[in-house]
Amino acid sequence: MHGTLADLFRWINDRYGLNFSPFIDAYDGQRFLLGLRTTIELSLTCILFSVLLGVLGAWLLSTRSRLAQGAVRCYVQAFRNTPPLVQLAFFYFAVGGLLHSGPGAQGSAPLIDGYGWAVISFSLLAGAFNVEIFRSGVEAVPPTMVEAAEGLGFSKLQTYRYVLAPLGLRICLPALTNNLVNLVKTTTLAYAIGVPELLYAASQIWSEVMNVREMMYLLLVVYTGLVAVLVWVMERWERALHMPGYSP
Amino acid sequence: MTDLPVLRQVRPLAALRAPLAWPVLPLATALVLVASLAWAQMGAQAEARPETTSALAAMLRWAPLIFGGFLFNVLVSVLSMTLGTALGFPLGLLLIAHARPARALGQGLTQFFRNAPWLVLLFFVMFLLPFELHIGGLTIPLPSWAKSVLGLALPVAANVAELVRGALQSIPEPQWSAARGLAFGKLQTIRLVILPQAIRRMLPPWMNLYAILTMATTLISIVGIQDGLTITRAAIASDARPELMLPLYLFLLLLFFAYCYPIARATLVLERRFQVRG
Repeated sequence: MHGTLADLFRWINDRYGLNFSPFIDAYDGQRFLLGLRTTIELSLTCILFSVLLGVLGAWLLSTRSRLAQGAVRCYVQAFRNTPPLVQLAFFYFAVGGLLHSGPGAQGSAPLIDGYGWAVISFSLLAGAFNVEIFRSGVEAVPPTMVEAAEGLGFSKLQTYRYVLAPLGLRICLPALTNNLVNLVKTTTLAYAIGVPELLYAASQIWSEVMNVREMMYLLLVVYTGLVAVLVWVMERWERALHMPGYSP
Repeated sequence: MTDLPVLRQVRPLAALRAPLAWPVLPLATALVLVASLAWAQMGAQAEARPETTSALAAMLRWAPLIFGGFLFNVLVSVLSMTLGTALGFPLGLLLIAHARPARALGQGLTQFFRNAPWLVLLFFVMFLLPFELHIGGLTIPLPSWAKSVLGLALPVAANVAELVRGALQSIPEPQWSAARGLAFGKLQTIRLVILPQAIRRMLPPWMNLYAILTMATTLISIVGIQDGLTITRAAIASDARPELMLPLYLFLLLLFFAYCYPIARATLVLERRFQVRG
């Protein structure tokens, strides 16, 4: 990679004084790539867990249990109406501090590191939004469909599996895409607790090389690119699921 | 287009329509807060540090300061929202302009500022703007809090532009033609015919955006501005009492919740009211 590309950016540096050091310096490039990998991994892990949480929450809301419904509602409202950064700080400093301040834990490595807390915090946050998204999707399926399924002798689980889930998913995909984009953007907050994701890697580079402006441009381009890839994948999926005459 | 019932609009959530959550949640949080305080108190006593004050006293000592910091967050959110709306409105008009270059410019700006993470934009503005501006012979100082307001206003502007566009386009086409038939100019049509109808549809998403912005204002603590989160962390550090972390962070979360949750409820109420008539 550090052949002609490096020459190009070296030329840009000489000609315009813009030092895109990750393309020129192998060490910076490695750090930047590592940051990018961490961001992608963090995003994918959180997407997975938040979707699982969303499905679980939406299912609990549809059960008869008052207690489960109340708990899910409290969870959703609590996470939607408090600042994500304070949630992260709460988990990492307060809960994390609690976990390894117990007896005999002094000096040992913390049970869950910054990366782990970021996964937990962001998954819970995006999961709270996903609960509502999946729920609204399932609710938007007309009750006549469910009645028809019941009339055909489907069990509750079968109705979910063959009627509610496939139709609800198609209805709520745009909202899900939106939320997942927000999730990818939220991973930058992990910077605040020192997780070596992309923003953190970039800040390390610019504080050594003093190329704040160039790193900012690079960051904006990379994040816009990541979001574009995610949106592209989701839209492809949406098209693949499209049923003529059915989806809006 | 088909008449299949699947096309019916997504209904507001029953989970939110239910008469529940308002008193339950703050109560539950307050309970957790009290419990964590009691727990902190027991922790302090178990370690037998007679010289320290009780957890409750420490909490009461810090609460006004943290509340002051929170009020600064609210102030920043109001300023950013004002600036963001002022910038976003013309940008939204640009998005529905007839001239292709104007539309392309609007779309480029909107997409860019909507897709970049808020924190990166905030860094961008904080680091790349000078601390004072020289315009002619005039020197305008740019303190860091003013820069942070601008940094938060940029993504707000892009989101406002998008919701302005959506609301304007949701007004049925015959309204435009009717106004044109009455010899209204394009700006006149927007001002006198379209906007009065569109404003109602803009309000709920605009309030939603405001709540999101208020929660995002804590980001300014990362770029070194003293807000509620900074003060909370300083309070914990200065007392060197880690057991206070849980109650103090919960207190801060509760403050934001008490501010943002009513906004979210009001947004839903408005949405429902406008939906029936629209």
